[in-house]
Amino acid sequence: MLLRVLRSIFGLLFLAHVAAASAAMEIEIIGAGENQIPVAIVPFGGDVKLAQTINSVVTGDLLRSGLFRLIDPAGKSPHELDEVAYPDWQARGADALVIGSVVMHDKRIEARFRLLDVVKQAEMIGQSVSANSDQVRAVGHRISDLIYEKLTGDKGVFSTRIAYVNKQGKKFSLIVADSDGYNEQVVLAQNEPIMSPAWSPDGSHLVYVSFETGHATIYVQSLYTNQRIVLANFRGSNSAPAWSPDGRQLAVVLTRDGSSEIYLIRPDGSGLHRLTYNGSISTEPIFSPDGQTLLFTSDQGGSPQIYSMPVTGGSQQRLTFGEGNNFSPRFSPDGKSFVYTHFVNGKFYIATQDFQTGQVEILTTGGWEKKPSYAPNGKLILFASEARGRGILATVSSDGRVQQHMFTDSGDAREPVWGPHQ
Amino acid sequence: MKKLLATIVLVNLLAACASEKPKEPEAPAPAPVAEAPAPAPAPEPVVEVDPLNDPSSILANRSAYFPFDVSAVQEADKPMLEAHGQYLSEHPDRKVRVEGNCDERGSKEYNLGLGERRADSVKKMLMLSGAKASQIETVSYGEEKPRCTEHNEACWKQNRRSDIKYQ
Repeated sequence: MLLRVLRSIFGLLFLAHVAAASAAMEIEIIGAGENQIPVAIVPFGGDVKLAQTINSVVTGDLLRSGLFRLIDPAGKSPHELDEVAYPDWQARGADALVIGSVVMHDKRIEARFRLLDVVKQAEMIGQSVSANSDQVRAVGHRISDLIYEKLTGDKGVFSTRIAYVNKQGKKFSLIVADSDGYNEQVVLAQNEPIMSPAWSPDGSHLVYVSFETGHATIYVQSLYTNQRIVLANFRGSNSAPAWSPDGRQLAVVLTRDGSSEIYLIRPDGSGLHRLTYNGSISTEPIFSPDGQTLLFTSDQGGSPQIYSMPVTGGSQQRLTFGEGNNFSPRFSPDGKSFVYTHFVNGKFYIATQDFQTGQVEILTTGGWEKKPSYAPNGKLILFASEARGRGILATVSSDGRVQQHMFTDSGDAREPVWGPHQ
Repeated sequence: MKKLLATIVLVNLLAACASEKPKEPEAPAPAPVAEAPAPAPAPEPVVEVDPLNDPSSILANRSAYFPFDVSAVQEADKPMLEAHGQYLSEHPDRKVRVEGNCDERGSKEYNLGLGERRADSVKKMLMLSGAKASQIETVSYGEEKPRCTEHNEACWKQNRRSDIKYQ
């Protein structure tokens, strides 16, 4: 599968293209962050093909974050420390320089790389990353994480994975992929709808809703063994599962007692415990990072809005007001804000609200933008969008400055959810 | 929709006597027969037609439609639902599955709940007209099985509905 090239300039916005040797994704980056760090990445020495892939992965990762500006090495290609002339890089305006080499031996990839501070003329990282021969992209993502962490002070998320549902005709596939959408793996494929995938906190399992029984049923599936169990298959709809941060229970929505109400259940399907008695629609529960609070969507006030409640049940507090409907809340990893889908005047937007100040920020320009979820470092938000008439995955930086569109090869991508650090 | 159902019923009727073209379009439909279908001669004596198979019956209409984010049965659909409720009460061996659907303007999970309510409100109306709870199964598809997939009201209004499916 070939990556098609996109490059154009729209006034202040720019579209950056990420080249790759082989790919299942086409990626557009729109916008630019503030105070981008200028960094030069020299294609590694050693195995040319591996070096090309690693270079495309690393440059792609850093560009997508919106926090870096790539400086063209323009004819200079040092691979070892003693080949680096710092004035060359100062002249090019780079603050940081990445050099290295990659080799394959005994079916293992070994990449040795250095991150150099051009201004201080000092080495910040000198490290070796190795992996199995089919894991070249993982090597690239690991290097990106190390660079990102060193230069920004935040943990990188490039080695994490995402899950989403792809619909092609009548076929639904549950997919797990790298954070950049590459390296897709099909977890489940069938002709009945699949929705609401969610990760276990350790990334080992997915929980999701499937209609293969004829009605909405919740399954938990291991990503290592592919084995799965039915978590909830009560009368009515069993939906909207979310894992608690300690992994010991899930919040689910059942209609077995009439209206859509929130329940807690253990990962083996035992210990069912009803939390809400609203008699309206209460759905999309999500745990706070400390496990003490749930956010959820409810129409108890007449229209779908976002509410919070203690995980022990009890008093509920409405959090969203004003014009429009609000859905699909998710806590930021630091627990200080939440992201959600805002629907007003026929358009869906991705928005955040600060718990303390109540300040709302609309991060996107609006359209069919749904189902946001934070990267584990809180710096990016993954959501479902639409472009060129089909469903795509998209990210927006949490400050709203940089957006990325990821086009799968075919079909409608939907219901994305960002997995945890592993 | 009415026309579509009428067509389906007509196709079924034609299939039942596939070996022989009906000479008159308004020939009485053969009653569903369990035995091997003999080519039905046209002047069959009066056969009682299951009104469910009569394309001109109100029972041929099996979908109730809803405004945006509403799950209450609309006035326009009440006579049709009452007729189905009455039919079910007169045919206690018949069972239906009521399927609730939504347009795409919500979250998938919220719409699953809304579809459930749309199916439930149809179920309640059927029961008010004599059907028994045991005759009615409900299911919600939320926005997962749209009849029409464009982003416009013409499509959305087709998708905001509950279908009665005889089992």
